[in-house]
Amino acid sequence: MEVQQDILANIKRRQMWDFVFALCGLMSLLFALITLLTLIVDLSMTGVARINYDFFTNFPSRFADRAGILSAWVGSFCIMLTTAFCAIPLGVAAGVYLEEYSKKNWISQIIELNIINLAGIPSITYGLMALGLFVYKLKLGQSILTAGLTLGLLVLPIIIVTTREAIRAIPNTIREASYAMGASKWQTIRYHILPYSSGGILTGVIISLSRAIGETAPLITIGALTFIAFLPTPPIEGHFPFVNFKWLMDPFTVMPIQMFNWLSRPQPEFHVNAAATGVVLLVMTLIMNGGAIYLRSRFRKKMKW
Amino acid sequence: MRRLRERAIETVLFLAAASSVLVTIGIVGILVTESLPFFKTVSIVEFLTDTQWTPLFENPRYGILPLLCGTFLSTIIALLVAIPLGTVAAAFLSEYVRPSFREILKPILELLAAVPTVVYGYFALLFVTPLLQKLIPSLGGFNVLSAGLVIGVMIVPYVSSLSEDAMRSVPGHLREASFAVGASRMQTAFRVVIPAAFSGITSAYILGISRALGETMVVAIAAGMQPNLTMNPTEPAATITAFIVQVSLGDLPHGSIGYQSIYVAGLSLLVLTLCFNIIGLYLRKKFQEKE
Repeated sequence: MEVQQDILANIKRRQMWDFVFALCGLMSLLFALITLLTLIVDLSMTGVARINYDFFTNFPSRFADRAGILSAWVGSFCIMLTTAFCAIPLGVAAGVYLEEYSKKNWISQIIELNIINLAGIPSITYGLMALGLFVYKLKLGQSILTAGLTLGLLVLPIIIVTTREAIRAIPNTIREASYAMGASKWQTIRYHILPYSSGGILTGVIISLSRAIGETAPLITIGALTFIAFLPTPPIEGHFPFVNFKWLMDPFTVMPIQMFNWLSRPQPEFHVNAAATGVVLLVMTLIMNGGAIYLRSRFRKKMKW
Repeated sequence: MRRLRERAIETVLFLAAASSVLVTIGIVGILVTESLPFFKTVSIVEFLTDTQWTPLFENPRYGILPLLCGTFLSTIIALLVAIPLGTVAAAFLSEYVRPSFREILKPILELLAAVPTVVYGYFALLFVTPLLQKLIPSLGGFNVLSAGLVIGVMIVPYVSSLSEDAMRSVPGHLREASFAVGASRMQTAFRVVIPAAFSGITSAYILGISRALGETMVVAIAAGMQPNLTMNPTEPAATITAFIVQVSLGDLPHGSIGYQSIYVAGLSLLVLTLCFNIIGLYLRKKFQEKE
């Protein structure tokens, strides 16, 4: 009788601890999520009122209420374009090679180890590398091209890893069916593997671009200016050959740098501008990440092999 | 003809894959060659033992210790937040929550890592610091404490996501065996699942460490950018990354000692993170073999 009571008490105690631990787990999740929510609310409360049409069409100014982010968002846009242009083809090609072609040998092993390692290198060292290599050795200057290349290399591992995951999810039967019809390896990849994995690849591209748009440190390192009151050269002109790439060599600023610049001033009026820029940045990254999460779950459901 | 085309395509794809190795070689090569001249003016002994870091002053002193001190201090504070929160959250997600619910919670948690770091800097400087000042009235406007705390929250998803993967890949029959001998969920989590997933969890911690070491904008904004040999988190301090940002903001002639000093700082940071990455890689390998 007494033994039974002991066991019952023991069970009760353990159930209680179980409950306490579950509560702890819930609390730590909630703590993280509440911090995120607080950050969003705090930023919006200060910043949203400042966001209007003029904020997007004005250049930065020494008067806080007249300052805007025109040069910053145009700069961000140009750099994203350059980043996407250099990182997507390179990353997807590397992913395809590693998943479809590479044999298990020391070369592919080095490449693989290297990609894992690259993902762990602090972003600011990419900036130092770009300053030494692109700015001084290749003489590309502190330009949009340099910035785009830097961020492109920075997000390359993300694109490679997600491309590989997307390709790995395609069952071998698809490849065999394609070979059975007499297709070559490249034809199989071009007409079957790439289209079927495009959803996963797109997810990786969106995530990498959202990472690039918020990245600040490497761009400060290559010497991005914090005050720019002009736009890059327009890419379209009235005479032959109608398009030019001079804008690639123009100096730039981006939204995170503009925000950092306003934040490091003592006057609180500029902090309001910083908050407003933060809201714009946050909305963009949250939309991009939300889109990526949605895409991932949609493709996972749709593709039942 | 067709075979030739196939070969050409394979070569192009191989070059793309190999380019990632070139990036590493580029990073290491540039960092080493640009920082070598620095050691012609400054001896390694001075660099490692001097207690002041003022390379841009009239009487420059080149001791990396204050920067290392600031870097480690902010990293330790960040880990004190991220490791308990991340591990408990991971155990909760993997052992207690229904899979359908987990699929919603995990991506939301990952949004924490997606927020731009400059926004976290704003949050640390203008929200967390004033809040802490109500608790510790002597706290200055710039301090390592709030920067570290915010970095900690930021790296929670890195720690929890990988830990959760590791815990979830522990085979179900181990859990069933544990339940069968009468263990509760918590006992199973702590005595069976966490020990079995230990190397995976450690490699998640190491990823967290290298993220915290390399984090730049939060410390540059909220920690004050003053090289300070102290272990007191309520004081301002500079990390390696914050120093690089500070110097880069000025006009920096190519080849000057200031220019070289950021490469030396960057190289030190790279060596630190590489050490941790290699440990992490080793642990992950060990963990994969067990499966």
